[in-house]
Amino acid sequence: MSKLELVFKEKSKRILNVYCTAGYPSLDSTMKVMTSLQKNGADIIELGMPYSDPLADGEVIQVSSIKALANGMNIAVLFEQIQDMRKSITIPVILMGYMNPILQYGFENFCKKAKEVGVDGLILPDLPLFEFEQFYGKIITENNLDFIFLVTPETPDQRVKKLDSLSNGFLYAVSSSATTGKDKDFNVVAQYLQKLQAMQLKNPILVGFGIKDKATFDAATVHSQGAIIGSAYIQQLTKGGDIETTTSQFLNSVLGA
Amino acid sequence: MNLFNVDENYQNPTIEGYYGDFGGAYIPEMLYSNVETLKKQYLQIMYDPIFQAEFQYLLKDYVGRPTPLFLAERLSKEIGATIYLKREDLCHTGAHKINNTVGQIILAQRLGKKKIIAETGAGQHGVATATVCALKGMECVIYMGEKDIERQAPNVARMKMLGATVIPAKSGSKTLKDATNEAIRAWINEPNETHYIIGSVVGPHPYPDMVARFQSVISEEIRKQLKDKTGSELPTHVLACVGGGSNAAGAFYHFLNEPTVQIVAVEAAGHGVHSGLSAATTQLGTPGILHGSKSIVMQTSDGQVVEPHSISAGLDYPGIGPLHAFLYESKRGIFLSATDEEALASAFHLSKIEGIIPALETAHAFSVLPKMNLKASDVVVVCLSGRGDKDLATYMEYL
Repeated sequence: MSKLELVFKEKSKRILNVYCTAGYPSLDSTMKVMTSLQKNGADIIELGMPYSDPLADGEVIQVSSIKALANGMNIAVLFEQIQDMRKSITIPVILMGYMNPILQYGFENFCKKAKEVGVDGLILPDLPLFEFEQFYGKIITENNLDFIFLVTPETPDQRVKKLDSLSNGFLYAVSSSATTGKDKDFNVVAQYLQKLQAMQLKNPILVGFGIKDKATFDAATVHSQGAIIGSAYIQQLTKGGDIETTTSQFLNSVLGA
Repeated sequence: MNLFNVDENYQNPTIEGYYGDFGGAYIPEMLYSNVETLKKQYLQIMYDPIFQAEFQYLLKDYVGRPTPLFLAERLSKEIGATIYLKREDLCHTGAHKINNTVGQIILAQRLGKKKIIAETGAGQHGVATATVCALKGMECVIYMGEKDIERQAPNVARMKMLGATVIPAKSGSKTLKDATNEAIRAWINEPNETHYIIGSVVGPHPYPDMVARFQSVISEEIRKQLKDKTGSELPTHVLACVGGGSNAAGAFYHFLNEPTVQIVAVEAAGHGVHSGLSAATTQLGTPGILHGSKSIVMQTSDGQVVEPHSISAGLDYPGIGPLHAFLYESKRGIFLSATDEEALASAFHLSKIEGIIPALETAHAFSVLPKMNLKASDVVVVCLSGRGDKDLATYMEYL
């Protein structure tokens, strides 16, 4: 059983997955941020690999990515930073990023290295289904990494089933067709999540996009196993200050601890 | 890695949008449904007789087509070959861009869309989009890099006068690349009501193919006009400047499968190909993914897209359409480049010897003519993609 599966087996509700940008706010803060997230109640860490042109992300995450790149972050540096992460991080870690930097690194090497340092899964929003099935999916599977597809309210049911069947760990439900960091109408989101629930999918559902505080986390997790917070956390980090304090305050406020 | 069948016919990508290794649709799921609808319907809609009737009518009576194929006698004498100019600069709004926007606006109406978004670099595509939106009574939002808004003020004023909202792209390098990112994001945020009119043969499949087909009217006319003038439909060379490559795709399209016709693409070398300030993508780029398709991209060794430089905002793009990447890789086309300085010199020279002030983008194409070792028997068609009115501020600095 993979680490991700285990998380959902042990805790079926209110799973909290928090996104952070590698190399942000400073180049060497990656491990500090991850440690704080684990300590303060995150169940999964989604570690973003910064890219100059992140199409699926909103302004907050793009600004953090540009800063991280300016700080000197890239895939090779990231793997160095997290090579010993399994000495301290016990929760699942997922790498999120865009195809171009990975292709330049070498897709196969990337998957091998990711597995070697203890990464559990990948979210690559601009890797299309066609190319996944033709070529890349096999490499990901061979390296025992989980792959998580995104689905949106506009994704046709048949396609949701297909993307679910190819995903492992969980399925990432985008709360509405929008980039990250936008406010959502949660009644519409609830209806969508109920529909997904009724489809009896193989994977648990984590809801992303628009989750920013306790109210939205609570609303999103009524009809799903958990939610993903990104922009709202990055915004807190952007304010500066001690990472541990910022993270503990923010996660406590979201979880209502 | 060559996973994808190469269609021998250079014009047509595979069903998944591949020209050789290049193309595809590397898009987040949030865009899937919109792009899939387009992919399933674009050919059917485009070749529907009622669509074609409206498209052809607007090309003729609104755009002013066919545009002339003009024998540039003084230039021919100087170069020592027969040079024809395809006068896309005489299109309504001053460039070839409107061929595509007319087509896409009718298509958007067929898809039931209410709002149009577009990106623009120099502002020509923005103006062409705002123009057809005014014509059809559609809401129009144009994304333009903050830097480009400063350097292309007249076109910004035109777009506003035509009723469009111009939104400055403030992210990243604040130029065309980032305007494109912002436009794609805006589309993600409002997918149902909105159609995104991409201005070049870039973006996810089916955009490169769709835009190439709308622009292919350029080479369709060249063949007919050349036949009338010379007795043969085929020139020896077709030349066009390439940023993303839409005028080039249109000028090359109906010659791609004619092995006797030499395809020549001219990129912007900025201060010089290896100066660090250049936009010569095929010379400096490597295979990569940008704006939803796999192509040749100017990037760092760790895959971050770099900011190019060209004096012409329309060529200031770190990628190239996947069709052109394939023409380059397969050696079907030859790719040359011209520097800022050479382009400026050509713009002034063409103005003086033919009485035509070209756009800075277009001027790049003329710069390579003297270097091509052309023979007296050669018949060369240069796509004169746009007029120079928008570049007057730059030209005035050199008067």
